[in-house]
Parts: sequence; structure tokens; C-alpha cells
Amino acid sequence: MFDHSIDKFQLNPNYRLQYEEAQQCHVLLYPEGLVKLSDTAVEILRRCTGPISSAELIAGLQRDYPDADSLAADVKDFLIDAQSQDWIVAIRE
Amino acid sequence: MTVPVTNKYIPMWLLAELTYACPLQCPYCSNPLQLPSNRKNELSTEEWLRVMREARKLGAVQLGFSGGEPLVRADLAELIEAADDMGFYCNLITSAVGLTAEKISTFKEGGIKHIQISFQGSNKATNALFGGTDSFEHKLAMTKEVIAQGIPLGLNFVLHRQNIHQVSDFLKMAEDLGAEFVELANTQYYAWALHNRDKLLPSSEQLEEAEAATNRFRDQHKGRMKVIFVAPDYYEKRPKKCSNGWGTTFITVTPEGDVLPCQSAKIIEGLQFPNVREGSLEDIWRHADLFTRFRGTEWMQEPCASCPEKEIDLGGCRCQAFMLTGDAYATDPICEFSPNRHLVTEAIAAAEREVTAQDKAAPLLFRNTSNAKKLAQKEH
Repeated sequence: MFDHSIDKFQLNPNYRLQYEEAQQCHVLLYPEGLVKLSDTAVEILRRCTGPISSAELIAGLQRDYPDADSLAADVKDFLIDAQSQDWIVAIRE
Repeated sequence: MTVPVTNKYIPMWLLAELTYACPLQCPYCSNPLQLPSNRKNELSTEEWLRVMREARKLGAVQLGFSGGEPLVRADLAELIEAADDMGFYCNLITSAVGLTAEKISTFKEGGIKHIQISFQGSNKATNALFGGTDSFEHKLAMTKEVIAQGIPLGLNFVLHRQNIHQVSDFLKMAEDLGAEFVELANTQYYAWALHNRDKLLPSSEQLEEAEAATNRFRDQHKGRMKVIFVAPDYYEKRPKKCSNGWGTTFITVTPEGDVLPCQSAKIIEGLQFPNVREGSLEDIWRHADLFTRFRGTEWMQEPCASCPEKEIDLGGCRCQAFMLTGDAYATDPICEFSPNRHLVTEAIAAAEREVTAQDKAAPLLFRNTSNAKKLAQKEH
């Protein structure tokens, strides 16, 4: 486990994030399974393909979506969930 | 009423059975009893590449390289690399016999994302007895190597009445090795396992003890290792959906190119099995009689047809219905509402005995081409 509020993290390099024409949505593929992603989840995860901190991630999202309220809290909740499912992993520097 | 709308289904999972050749001889193998005597009709590399491209076009995303033993195929690395480039998430399902550190590294570069290694016992002797090869130490070494190279790894331990008491030992071994994921998979009674059923089906007491041991382990070791315990279908009261619904999610291609809704569908007599050498995967998936025949609920007879749970289990497994009753349209006899449930109850009753020396001495029919030939001769 890692502290995503301190550590840098990125999308699990063993998972695959891609758009699926047949399903008309983005999916995240992992060992023997997949999950269909919401637009919000895609918007966050596609920014995590390289090492990033949650502060950098939130700043980037706020810049691109200035009208969104309480964005930071939602993103933090998402990251906790994503971490518990191994969608994101810590980067050891 | 459910009308099968053929284009709403996506074969998310492609199981590529690259070859039936295997260095192991497990007596519960899910491969057909009729094994080809040689490999000359196996699909070529080019043919597999075409199959994978067509499956990808239909929307397949998960790809399992299986067999037999997929490592027997000299083009495995090439197929993995091509599949990864096409956008598949590649899983390798292997006994680890034939695997080397160098191959693991090549597969990783090619894009393998997950490797599942099977064990036939939690120690050298049991593993050798049921796998028919002395491979235990090699499996341990390769398990460590896969973990060291950072590829997600699952261990699969196949359970039956003669090794089910080893669950605790196996879980400890898996944890010591650093496995992330363990599947304790009871043998299901198809193909070779059905043939050997009276020597393999555990008693209810054995099963309960194994589940209790699994739960004790989960309580004591709240670590990262995820453990799944799969009971034999025979001990359930309701059947499982066939492959998440016949012709809805899974597509299997056999070594010689037959296209099936599940691994064992070829045991059902009287069906035509489409082949990738005769048509496109898309045409087969959408229109072949094999795939449309048991999609949805239209095909059902009683007691399924009027059952309020018919959409939940879709009548269960067609192969099991055929194997046990001779009628592929029958309710899966696992179901307690099946008029044929007694066939399952009787098998369980026969298993309600202690494992004796006699059990161990009873000859198991091992899965190999010589036994396959003998079985074929017996049938004719």
C-alpha cells in the first residue's frame, strides 16, 4: 500500500486502458477480467500513464475543468478506490 | 420470451487452445477424450494470426493461450507479441513444464500480462503422481521467476479426493512463494475427469474441511494473496450458467480450428462444429447453428421453460446435461428441480466414504494419446 497524497503513482503497468469500439466505451483490462470505465474515470486515469502526484493530477483537472465544484475531494475518493483495486501503483524513486 | 439478437453479444474472451500436446497426463484433463494422434492438422501461425484479428474485430479483449500445453508451440512468443499489438490482454495458462527464465523474459517483452501456473499437488510426490511428470521443483522455480520478472501470477491448484487434504499446505506454499492470486479449483466432471469420477469426487466431509481450511487461512493471513475456492458443481443445488451464457461471452478455438462456445462442447453428439478454415469467426459467432442453438431461453424444455429462475442460470451447462442424461436440451442435472438430479446424488453418495488405500490403488485413466486410442476402440 502507498500513501497517494504523498507518493507519486501511475496506472498499473500490467493493466491496459483502451477504447473499445465494440463496447463503445473505455475499458481497463487486468488479469482475467475487465471493467467498463465511466467518462470521469477515463479522464483521471488517462492522466496517470506516467508518474504523477495527486496534487499535480488535481491541478491539471482543475485547469481543464474550471467549473467543476469539489473536484479535489471526488478525485481523492477515486484514487483511494483505484489504489485498493490496484488500478494505480506507487512509483518508487 | 427472449429472442436471441445475435449482434448484441460480444465474445470478450478468446480461449486459444494452441495444441493438445502436453507433457502432463492429468486424469482430470478437460481436453476431449478423443485426442488427435499427431499435430499435423494444428492451425498454422498465419491461421492463428487471422483468428486473433477476427476475434479482435468482434470485440474480444481477453485472450487465454492454453492447450494442452501452449509452451509446446514454437511460435508462442510470436503469437503473444502479435496479440498484444492487436490490443489483447494476454494470459498464459501453463503447467510451467518447458518454461525457462529466458522464455518468461521474451514473453514479457512481447506483452504477456498474466501467467497462470497449475499445480497437481502440494509436494513432489503428489504432483508427480497426478501430473504424470516429475515437475514440482521446476514449477516452484518458474513461479519464483515469473514473480521476480514482475508479471502478475496466479497459481491454480486442482483439487480432488486424493489431494484435497493438502489445501493448507498449498496455501502456505503459495504465500511463501509470493503469489498474488490462488485458485483452489475442484475438478469438474467433464471429459477425462468424468471417466475417473469415482476415484476423484471428494466426499462432502472432505469438501467442508477444505473450505474450512481455506477460511482459516484467510482469517490468519490477511495478506495480499487473494484466494478463490471453487467447489465441484455436483455439490451445488443450482446449476451455473454455461460460460456466462452459451455463445454470449466466450469463444474457444481448438488446436485444429474448431470454434466452440465452451471448451467441452464437442462432447455433445449430433452438432456440427464450425471451423475457422471454412468461414470467418464473425460469421460463425453470429450465425452458426452451434452458437445460435442454445443462446437465450427459447430452446428450453420443462422444467426450465416455466422456471422463474431461467434467466439466472439459463438452464445450466449443456455439456453436463448431455453427458449425464444423453439429452443436450435437458435441465442440467445439477439443478435440484431436474428430474435427473438423482444421477448427481448417486455420484455423491458413492463418494461418501473414507479415502482408503484401495482408493489410491485403483487405476486412474491418465490423459495421453495411447489411452485416448484405447477409449476410441472401445466405443467402436
